[in-house]
Amino acid sequence: MNKSLVTAVCAAGVAAFGSTALAADGATNGSVKIGVLSDMSGVYKAIEGPGAVIAAEMAVEDFGGSVLGEEIEIVSADHQNKADVASSIARRWIDRDKVDMLVGMDNSAVGLAVQGLASGKDTITMNTGAGSVELTESQCSKYGIHYVYDTYALPVGTATAMVENGGKSWFFITADYAFGHSLRDNTSRVVKEMGGEVMGSVEAPLSTTDFSSYLLQASSSGADVIGLANAGGDTVNSIKQANSFGIVQRGQKLAGMLVFLTDVKALGLDTAKGLQFTTAFYWDRNEESRKWSQRFFEKHGAMPTMVQAGVYSAVMHYLEAIKASGSDAAAPVRKQLGEMELNDFFVQNGKIEANGLMSHDMYLAKVKTPEESESDWDLLDIVSTIPAADAYIPISESACSLVKQ
Amino acid sequence: MNLDAILAQTMLGLSQGVFYAMLSLGLAIIFGLLNVINFAHGALYMLGAFVALIGYSYIGPWLGYPDFQMGFWWALFVAPLVVGCFGMLMERFMLRRLYQFDHIYGLLLTFGVALVLQGVLSNYFNISGTAYPATPEMLNGIVNLGFMYFPKYRLFAIVLSIIVCFATWFMIERTSLGAVLRAGQENPKLVEAFGINVPRMVTLTFGFGVALAALAGVLAAPIYSVSPLMGADLIITVFAVVVIGGMGSILGAIVTGLTLGLVQGLTQALYPPAANTVIFFIMVIVLLIRPAGLFGKADG
Repeated sequence: MNKSLVTAVCAAGVAAFGSTALAADGATNGSVKIGVLSDMSGVYKAIEGPGAVIAAEMAVEDFGGSVLGEEIEIVSADHQNKADVASSIARRWIDRDKVDMLVGMDNSAVGLAVQGLASGKDTITMNTGAGSVELTESQCSKYGIHYVYDTYALPVGTATAMVENGGKSWFFITADYAFGHSLRDNTSRVVKEMGGEVMGSVEAPLSTTDFSSYLLQASSSGADVIGLANAGGDTVNSIKQANSFGIVQRGQKLAGMLVFLTDVKALGLDTAKGLQFTTAFYWDRNEESRKWSQRFFEKHGAMPTMVQAGVYSAVMHYLEAIKASGSDAAAPVRKQLGEMELNDFFVQNGKIEANGLMSHDMYLAKVKTPEESESDWDLLDIVSTIPAADAYIPISESACSLVKQ
Repeated sequence: MNLDAILAQTMLGLSQGVFYAMLSLGLAIIFGLLNVINFAHGALYMLGAFVALIGYSYIGPWLGYPDFQMGFWWALFVAPLVVGCFGMLMERFMLRRLYQFDHIYGLLLTFGVALVLQGVLSNYFNISGTAYPATPEMLNGIVNLGFMYFPKYRLFAIVLSIIVCFATWFMIERTSLGAVLRAGQENPKLVEAFGINVPRMVTLTFGFGVALAALAGVLAAPIYSVSPLMGADLIITVFAVVVIGGMGSILGAIVTGLTLGLVQGLTQALYPPAANTVIFFIMVIVLLIRPAGLFGKADG
């Protein structure tokens, strides 16, 4: 009896945590290895997760499977949103398995920890998932690259468009952790620069399920715009509940500061219609992006988020840099990456600055109404392009110590 | 804060409280009668919401009848039934083997089941949630309560939950069926001597407790997004509610659930950063002063 109990508990445990065992085994020195480190089982799974592995594999396949005569290999692991788990995986990958580059890291705490560690071991990281500007500002590092978006770029398009359309006064519902605060502060800066006013903010604990109380406070503040400085499930729940309380119908506007395609899908067009937000990528933007996304869809069963598309683009450019520099050592590849102009279906006019920031054009998107949508994934309109120079912190103003040298 | 604002927060607190009450009620029944700490309760609540969602959006195409959709009213019955049966199978084939051991084994097993359910569903469904599109037309929209605009659906959920909670309490504490259930927990041998099949009764009770969780899940589907993690977010708070109310106390679970919803609602308005911790703060105080919980009996 006791034995079968232990078996049952173990079986359950293995099934639940099995994904952690996906990490690489065996080390081949004669190959270029890329590690996709992402949240494979938690809140960010749909945003990056297994889709990122598919994207990375597609990049390798499209590149031809080998570079400088060496086979390219992809390994992946689940960081479980824990910085310590992520660090130990990264350490093992770099020291034992000779992984040359890490991509993913969809969580600012994970991103900062891994970037610091990898740079110390002369390994390039291309962060596609995390938002914190610290990755390229005060905590910038020699080999750390921040690829898709940051908390500075997100509010630029959204807040500017909202203020220009009469949303002068703002009230924030802020996720109560570093990311939320940074997003709120950056948005406030944009609003004030545009001549708007910030009337207040309420800090909601992370993973709140019921936002109605905070929404009520935001609503009774009388602000024109309720800014949602949160992400993922928090954003989805606050938008959905604002709708059910009739806040939008009574004239206040919602502004989602970080919205992923999967969030729009979660809300449904009926609830999300009209919502404006800033994104680095939308699958239906042009012929090139449609073509790639359709291929991705066939493998993954969902259209790519900006992060997943970013993984492909990052891996592709990394491989091109190896080819051009003739080496897979971090220093020459990083130097080569800094000299390239990045252009593909994902990025236009991209440039990797000295602080590791990949500055590129961003887009202001608007969610379609159910009538405008023609298919399951026909969700957004791209309203305008935000040039790289406006979207990101100018390199001249960077607080990164690498820039001042 | 003026009176209107206080009334508004009270309503919001109540609409959270009814979910705490329904979930902690199911847990209290299961613990009170089976002595099992059911950590899968949150996952079964999530499963209830998924049965409603799948029944509406997916099952038709899967079965080859694209037009078939199970509406909300049907889901209110079908989801508790399906999840209740799942619970009974779980009791019959897994939990029953563990009754002779310490509580911790039941807890570990149910925790494992919860992780498996979450893992499996998050493989197939959007982790940030999927909208439940089948809220009945008559429950859409908002009503003006004078002091606030309140969604009709939430009002419905509050009323239905309170009715279900008190009907359950009545059944267990005031009817002869309930008396047999309680006797079965006190002294199973004696009750069996009266010709009652105690193991079957235990299975049915577990199924009922689980069905309450599933019903709460269906009710939650139109308010929150249906997500594989929706139960995990809630279950720890619900356990705190059960501990404060007194493990196994039926009335304690209901009253504490509603009250703590209200306390949380007011905290969200007065001091938001404490909103998620206030319940645990109360739990600590209650455990220090009354270790058996507010409604629990000291003999535990």
